[in-house]
Formats: sequence, C-alpha cells, structure tokens
Amino acid sequence: MVSLSAHGLRGSPDPSRRGFLIAMVGGGVMLGYARSGLATPATGGASDLFEPTIWYGIDPSGVVTVNIIRAEMGQHVGTALARIVADELEADWNRVKTVTVDSDPKWGLMVTGGSWSVWQSFPLLSRAGAAGRIALVEEGAKLLGVSPQSCTARNGAVHAKGKSISYGEIVARGDLRRTFTPEQLQKMPIKPPAERRLIGKDVVALDVPSKVNGKARYGLDAAVDGMIYARPIIPPTRYGSKAISIDDSAAKHLPGYIQSVALDDPSGTIPGWVMVYADTFTAANRAADLVKVKWQSGKTANVSEQDIQQRAAELIADAKGGSLFVNDPGVDAALASSKSKIERTYTTGTLMHFALEPINALAFEKDGVMEIHTGNQWQSSILPVLAKALRRSQDKIVLRSYLLGGAFGRRLDGDYAVPAALASVAIGGKPVKMVCARVDDMRFDCPRSPSRQVLRLGWGDGNRVAAMDHHAAAGWPTATIAPYFLGKDAKGAPYDPFAISGADHWYNVGAHRVRALHNDLADRTFRSGYLRSVSAGWTSWAVESFMDEVAHEAGVDPVAFRLRLLDGAGRNSGSAPNSVGGAHRQAAVLARCAQKAGWGGAMPMDVGLGIASTFGQERTMPTWIACAARVRVERTSGHVAVEKLTIVVDAGTIIHPDSAAAQVEGAALWGLSTALYEGTEFTKGQPKDTNLDSYRVLRMGETPEMDIEFIPRTETPVGLGEPATTAVAPAIGNAIFAATGARVRDLPIRPQAVLAALARVA
Amino acid sequence: MTTFELNGRTVSVHSPDDTPLLWVIRDELGLTGTKFGCGIGFCGACTVHVEGRATRSCITPLSAIAAAKITTIEGLDPQGRHPLQIAWLELQVPQCGYCQSGQIMQAATLLMDYPDPSDRDINAIMAGNVCRCMTYVRIRKAIKLTASRMRGGTHHG
Repeated sequence: MVSLSAHGLRGSPDPSRRGFLIAMVGGGVMLGYARSGLATPATGGASDLFEPTIWYGIDPSGVVTVNIIRAEMGQHVGTALARIVADELEADWNRVKTVTVDSDPKWGLMVTGGSWSVWQSFPLLSRAGAAGRIALVEEGAKLLGVSPQSCTARNGAVHAKGKSISYGEIVARGDLRRTFTPEQLQKMPIKPPAERRLIGKDVVALDVPSKVNGKARYGLDAAVDGMIYARPIIPPTRYGSKAISIDDSAAKHLPGYIQSVALDDPSGTIPGWVMVYADTFTAANRAADLVKVKWQSGKTANVSEQDIQQRAAELIADAKGGSLFVNDPGVDAALASSKSKIERTYTTGTLMHFALEPINALAFEKDGVMEIHTGNQWQSSILPVLAKALRRSQDKIVLRSYLLGGAFGRRLDGDYAVPAALASVAIGGKPVKMVCARVDDMRFDCPRSPSRQVLRLGWGDGNRVAAMDHHAAAGWPTATIAPYFLGKDAKGAPYDPFAISGADHWYNVGAHRVRALHNDLADRTFRSGYLRSVSAGWTSWAVESFMDEVAHEAGVDPVAFRLRLLDGAGRNSGSAPNSVGGAHRQAAVLARCAQKAGWGGAMPMDVGLGIASTFGQERTMPTWIACAARVRVERTSGHVAVEKLTIVVDAGTIIHPDSAAAQVEGAALWGLSTALYEGTEFTKGQPKDTNLDSYRVLRMGETPEMDIEFIPRTETPVGLGEPATTAVAPAIGNAIFAATGARVRDLPIRPQAVLAALARVA
Repeated sequence: MTTFELNGRTVSVHSPDDTPLLWVIRDELGLTGTKFGCGIGFCGACTVHVEGRATRSCITPLSAIAAAKITTIEGLDPQGRHPLQIAWLELQVPQCGYCQSGQIMQAATLLMDYPDPSDRDINAIMAGNVCRCMTYVRIRKAIKLTASRMRGGTHHG
C-alpha cells in the first residue's frame, strides 16, 4: 500500500519536529514555525533569529492576516484555513484577512492538489492558532494586572474580571516574543469540538464577494506597463518536434504584429514551440493563424486512441511487467481453485481539463528576477524546471499568485510558465503576456490518460469471495512531472500512486493483487496529467462497476454484497488519525445512501437506480462516499438522462459546511459530466476536440436534482474537492444496467455504446 | 476611432474595427471582469449587455457596437448590489468564479424577459453559459430567489 508521507509528498512543515516562534516585526507580531529545529530559545532581536515559515501576523490594530500557500481555485481554501487558525486563536473573524502568497522557499512545499489542503493544514494551523492564543492571554493578563488563569480569550480580546484588552492593544503595548518547543507544540491544548466557534459554521467565503462584481483578479487579468502579447503556435507532437522554418509573410500586414520566434528550451518542456508577438492579444491571436511553420515532427505524429488502448492491452497481457501495488500471497492459487470466476475489462478514454480560463502567464525580468504572474497549483514542481529552461537559479525566479479560473489538476503541471518566461527572455526580459487561445490550451493540455483495466474475481467455499486480481494500464503523470514521487513495490519496481490509487479498496476480497502498468505510448504521445480525483476517477469506475457485475452474476443485491465485503477486518479496520473506523465508515455511507435513495423500491420503465461507493482517492486519507444515480434510458437513441444523484459523505470534521457542500456538488457533477458528455480521442497524435463546438460539457439543463448529506463526525478532516467525482460514473453505469439490463464498460458512456449494449441484451 | 457608451460613460477607442468587443473592454479600457473562455461564443464567460441584451463579446466586432450602450459586470449596478449579485453572495454561488460575470449578465436579461422563470426557461436561457466548477444548482437557485424578490416575494406556480 502506498504511503505518500513516505515519499515526502506531504512535505508541509511538520509541526511535530519544529518549534514555534512568535516575534515582533515592524510593530506587529508574526507567528510561525521555525525552519529548523529550535535548539535554543530565541533571546536576541527578532530579526536575527526569526526566520520561520510565517503563518500569520497580528498588527497593532488587531487585524489578523493569515498567509495562504494554497491556490484559490474555487474551493474557498483561504477561508477554511483562516478559520482553523482563527478558531484556536479566538480571533474576531471580522478582522481576519488572508493573503495568497507568491512562491518562496520559506513556505516549504507549495502544492494545491489531492484534496489535501485542509487535511494537511489542520494540525499545523490549529496548533499555530493555539500558540498565539496562549501568548496573547499571558501578555494580556500582564497588561491587565491579573493572572493568566483568570483570563479567557474570545473574539479578538482577552477578558478577565470585567476588564478586557484587545489583541491589537496587546500587540501594540506588550512584548509577545515567545518560543514553543516541539514538545510544547505537541501538547498544545487544542479545543474540544464542542468549543469550536468558527469551525463547522457557515460564513461568506472571503474570495466570493470579488467574484460577483468583476473585481477578482485571475492570471488572465495580470498586466504591467509596456507589456506585449504573445500566442503560441503549438507543434504537431508533444515531444520531438523541431521548427524548421517560419513564414510570417501573411501576418506582416496585420496592425500590431511584431514577430514570430522559435523558442529555445533547455528544459525540453516545450520542444518546437513558436511564439507570435504583437501589441494586442487580438493581433497575436490572428497572426498566429497566419504564420506558417514547417516542423520536423516527433515520432508520435500518427498515434491514435486505439493505438494507446492496444498498447495497454499488450502490457496487461504480459504477466511479467509492471509493479505490484497490492500483493497478497495466494491470489493465483485461490483463483485456480475457485469454483467460479468472473473477468471483465473496463476502459476510459482521453479526458481534458477544459478549465474555463485558458492557460496564460505574464513574464518579465525585474531587478534580476524573472517574475512569472500566473495562477498555479504546484509552484515547487515547476520552479526547478524553470531554472533549467531559463538557465538561472531558482532564487532568481518568482511565481506571483493569482486566482485560478478553474484548475481541476491542469495547473498542477506548470509547464505553461516555461514558454511565457522563454518568450520574455527571447526579447530581452521585457514583459510578455502569453495567452493561449482555446485550441492551444486544449492541444497543450495534460489530459487524463486513456486507461484499461482487467479485473478478475474468484468465489471460494461458502459463497465467500476468495481472491481478486486487478491489472491497470495508463499514462503516469508523476513519471513526467515529478519522478521523485514515484512509489516502489516490494521488489523495487516503480509505480505512480496517482495512476493506481483507488484500486486498493477497502473491500475484503480474500487475497488481493493490484498490478500497475505504465502505458509508455501514452506518455510519449502526450504529457499525461492529474485530473480531478486522478486515478480514482477511473480505478473506481472499474472497481465499482465490477462489484455490481459480480453481485448480479451471483444473484446477490449489490448493496448487500458490498456491505458484506466492507467488514472492517484486518487492514481494512482503519487506523488513527486518518481512517479511524475503516471500512465500517464506508459501509455506513453506503447504507445511508441506499436508504435515502429508496434502494429496492419500484422504478418506472427504463428508469434505474445504480449505486457506487468509494473511499475517495487515497487509503491514507479516505473520504467515504456513496452515490446513488437514478437514470432514465431512452432505448431508441441510447440517450441517458440522470434524474437524481443522492450522495452521502463522511469527511470527518467539516470546517466550512457550505463550501464543503459546494465541493461535493461540483465534484459530483464533474463526475457526471465526464461520465456522459466529456472526453475526446487522440487522432494523429493530437486530441480530436479542441473547443466547445465539439467538446461537450455538462450544462444547466442536464443538471439533475441533487440530495447531499454529510455524516456528522469529529474525526480528522479529510479532503472534499475531488472524492465525490469517483462514485458518480459507476453509479450511472450501474443504473443503466438496473434500468435496461445493458452493461457499459467504457467511459465516457456514449449513446452508441448504450445502443450496442442494449442490442447485446436483446 | 469608435465611440460607444460603456457603463454609462461615453468612451472612444482606437482598436481596429474588427477587434472583438471583449478585448477592447479588457485590454484597451482595462475592465477585466468580462472573461475569455472559448473565443467562439460557446461558453458565455464574455457575456455583456449591448443595448440591454446579453451578447457574447468575444465574437462581437467593435464595428457592430458603435454608438451602442454597453454594460459589463462592473456597470450592472453602481454599487455592485444588483439583486442577482446579492443572491449570488447569499447563496455562495461562485467557486473559481471565472464564469460568474457572464452568468450574472445572462441571468439579468433572463429576468427581464421572464420575471417568473420556470426551470425550463432557466435551462434554455442559461444553456449557453458553461460553469466548469458546476455551480449550476446554485445558479438556478439564485435566479429563482432573485426573481421572487423582484416580483415582491411571490413564488412561481
């Protein structure tokens, strides 16, 4: 099983091994973890000793400013994180601000993905808040002339015996310098859930007001004086293309057109790119359509979707390759002696991100530093690449943060920062705003790789599942973007945890084996990417469709079948703090969802209820999800309409309930959109659909009724941005079966595929 | 030079006649609340009002709007307190927020034409506005809430 902490991927500063510092800086107070262990308490001037990762500050007027290292891309993450601090700090929420910070080594690992932000930050930020509260109470007591024991902190002030002093006044008048040792931090008195005043309560998210009046600033809105625009011309293959000649004669008459340049990229991120410069975006946009580039293309210029699937099938057929992600002994023997077996193959096609804000970045050199202004999810991964591309050290590069006009994993791959920066370098560091037209954004997307999975299950004695064998082949985004984060199996064979997680489910299936295979052809043809819920978006499709098929084959109710396997035995019993209760919690959401959705009730003709249940994405951070989809199938056209989604979630403690609900709404509908409408295919080495004229997405009229319930819990808060996507597609597939008896095994589910499945039943 | 009215002010711009209104508004006039999504009028992020009608500014050339009255999200209400904006806030509609200017501008004309919109009306008229965060459930709710308030609190059938 994968433990991402072992890879350092949970690389946020670990409070268990760091001291905490409070220092006076510029009239205010700053609070943060020391960058290295605190051997000796700080005694001298704060500026000498204070080099912490600063999490928040309080100024003399009492305003608390929380630094947010996570990208704001729709999850209202700044609000959630600030409320964790403010709750423990007993701050006045009306005086809390957030600042989304730019890249800087002092923040440690900067990544916003995996639905990890709240889960990772909760222990850290709640201790940081509590440390601040303790210091403020002690200093406030001194200023009030009372004992700290007689004081309470509430609403941004320290109160005792009818007197009170505001945090601002304490900062202005007191001496708040403190250090806390790692041991003290470990024992920091975090409030019991019943005493939380902000966590679990709703509030207007801090980023929302600017998003209804046009004032919100996204990467596309970044501007500096004197900037020019550029639009790229993207080569015929993702790798190995070389621009041989550029003919811009047709563009020269365009007012505002400047020039076209083939970019030289030492990092190899964007081989063969040509950048078209102009005074305005409109001129650059039009010129790019008129400039003719001749390329020597790479080797994948003729690769098709079918070729990629074919390669996956070959890899799975070869018993030797790959990596054993789950590897219980006895799988082969149990399958060989099974009294009955079932084997099924599931596929998913190429899926695009289509964030509504097309990829863009503004880059220029200022005071020897290359500034790149762009919304990004993983600054830490692209900075070393930029250093290579720009032939300069990382400390001479900064990524300035903006709101993200959608990300869904696209902006985890910061590859787009490279051409923007190189475009600036090519004209002497002057400001260049690179904006991709939609077609460029799509051709340069890092899509979710096509996947292919073969699952086998064997029944043993007494109607007991004896073994399950699961083989999965896909592109591995981590192999390209962050190879240092690849996992290794017992024999040292690598795997991408983000291209297999989800297959390591919590069902007790006897001996279980999961083999992960790297589809090398996929990753030569395109740069496979992380897409909302990553591998669990397709491993869950296979596992949960398969569970349904196995149950029906055995004549068992699919809910009852799953509940029986979710017995919480052995490794599925869960562990503290993240998966307390284990499979029993998945069973609980599943049972509740079935009950709410009216499982087992009568349905009209051609209407079916399908159910699926998952643990979100990763065993190390399970978010327990169940989804029931009610669909209507039109037998003549194969059209599937989703009428209702019933979803039950157990995500532990919920920090901001309304935002949590919004994430589940969005994630579930993302799951629906990608199940029925989205998706493309590679033809001649390129994605076939490059804009909304042919790339279908969910729109208002296809949005079903939704019933979402959270199980009230006080356990560790886990992720919410992605998990709900994972259960929707299989719930729909299972519902199609329930409505018609026709089984679909390929995503996306197109009407033709439904018609074909119906024909097989007939 | 082209002259038109933007959010109640007369403006004169130098962009070539065939420049899409979107880029005139964003890059020449510096109002960035109107967004670029698909560039072919299929996503609605660029929606503004031309003479009070929701219009896709990414495919509307400057020449087509000479002397016209244009309203963007920044001008929908001088204080940013249009009933739709209030409902959008109350129901916490936006996630990433990138499409929401266009959604609100589209919804504003929807309510002019259908003061008491049914789900079918909303589906038909909002179909051209994509939200990738999938805030459709809340958009629908916010439109209905606003409609009922603008009618004086009565509810649809």
